[in-house]
Amino acid sequence: MADIAVLLKQVPDTNAKIMVSGGRVDESAVNKWSMSPYDEYALEAALAQGGSITAITCGPERAKKMLTDAAAVGASDLMHIVVDDLSTLDSNQIATILAAAVEKTGASVVFCGKQAADTNAGSTGPGVAEKMGAGCVTMVSELTGDASGFMALRPSSNGMERVSVSAPCVIAFDKMGTELRRPNVKGIMMAKKKAVETMTVADLGVDLGSSSVTLNNQSPPAEKPAGQKFEGAENVGTVVTKLRDEAKVI
Amino acid sequence: MVTVIAEISGNSLHPVTAQLVGAAGGDATVLCPGGIGASEAAAIAGVSKVISVEGDCFSAFDGGAWASALGTVAEGRVLAASTATGREIAARMGASKGVAVVQDVTSIDGNSVSRPIYSGKAMETLTVADDTILTLRPNTFAAASGGGSADVSTVNQSADVATSVKEAIAKASERLDVADADIVISGGRGMGSIENFSHLEAIADQLGAAVGASRAVVDEWGMSHSIQVGQTGKTVNPSLYIAVGISGAIQHLAGMRSSKYIVAINKDADAPIFGVADYGIVATWEEALPALADALSNL
Repeated sequence: MADIAVLLKQVPDTNAKIMVSGGRVDESAVNKWSMSPYDEYALEAALAQGGSITAITCGPERAKKMLTDAAAVGASDLMHIVVDDLSTLDSNQIATILAAAVEKTGASVVFCGKQAADTNAGSTGPGVAEKMGAGCVTMVSELTGDASGFMALRPSSNGMERVSVSAPCVIAFDKMGTELRRPNVKGIMMAKKKAVETMTVADLGVDLGSSSVTLNNQSPPAEKPAGQKFEGAENVGTVVTKLRDEAKVI
Repeated sequence: MVTVIAEISGNSLHPVTAQLVGAAGGDATVLCPGGIGASEAAAIAGVSKVISVEGDCFSAFDGGAWASALGTVAEGRVLAASTATGREIAARMGASKGVAVVQDVTSIDGNSVSRPIYSGKAMETLTVADDTILTLRPNTFAAASGGGSADVSTVNQSADVATSVKEAIAKASERLDVADADIVISGGRGMGSIENFSHLEAIADQLGAAVGASRAVVDEWGMSHSIQVGQTGKTVNPSLYIAVGISGAIQHLAGMRSSKYIVAINKDADAPIFGVADYGIVATWEEALPALADALSNL
């Protein structure tokens, strides 16, 4: 069994309201932080593979709790690269940091989510693969085999396709059919005692240069003008006429 | 100088390519992976040059190889489509060249770009460097018109492939993908059971629409995740989105609120879905869908 590094990101829970204050998303108003949903599938797939699993995250202090959550379901090692504000880093810098962290673990197989639920970008998996000189398959919803020859199911323009890839590789997961394992009491107790290897970007010895992307402003989505509301199915005909004549979409 | 990476679909050019050229604002060089769609790309107005990048690596999608081969000819600002393949190529090309990538951009003003974050629960504006690679959300930029006649040249450039397609599995149905369709009709828990989705499918057939579903029913009724609309499913922005029996959880709204027009059918007058609907109908689906079928056939 190959060692696997799993890249995890802590994000506002997908059911959390996002509030904006002073041109920035107000993190203090987020009522719940969670492991990004696709990352949960990456972790689950890694646990299903077995072997040594290092959960890696890059983010502020609060992200440490998510690593402990990962340990509670079975991650064997935890690595936290502390970056107070991820918005100060661009995609290339993040990929550089995470690839260096992966190298430190010695893992040649990396699992991650297809995108994080905050930026929804999906740059990290392929970016880390590029830095590692590794193959990458994204949007994976089913995985069989092992590091000597994975078979990954991904969407194609005609439906789906099975793609083979072997270590070194990065697999970026979509939602999968498998049930996510939940921690038991013993797992939670053990996880609390598990050490988190905490380090800074400088500790990784990478040269990041400066970010080429600057965040200027965050804002709530544009308000839609209030719609027209009708009581009762007898108005369906009226709405269909409006869709044709007013909206011109049918 | 703008380089557009053509989006291809099967053996032809995907229509989003003309939107990328439109966003480029003229003098675009279009790179066609494997030469696919080169003559179609040459006919887009505002394209000054088409380069067919041809090599063995283009016989199947491999993000690393494609980014590497295309990257040898990509110059200046690089634009790609914010699709599964476009994003992967952009991410790898950025990491390879050591430049940043901003995905899913919805507006560009010089070096200032905007994109939705938290699946549309907020927006952000960024200042990017001249060489930052951008992927653009489909159906948000006006497509350049036809009538162009750019020269097509060929560059032979392959790269090492790390993946290999072993099996192709054709779509189970001929139904459109929710992410591509111009009209989407989605059902939620209010539909009562998975069997009742046949009523949505009948309307979808009348409209040429794709059928979508909320996370609740995908999870509880074991429907395919490929039709899930929402933050952990697909983000859609069709011209018309019809939500039937969907209450409108934040999760769902995040995936569909950027649709051009939204129709909500729900028996609960206080359902949050009505807050984003252009046209709301307070009714049960049992009453509303037959009326909808009739009204559509009488158009």
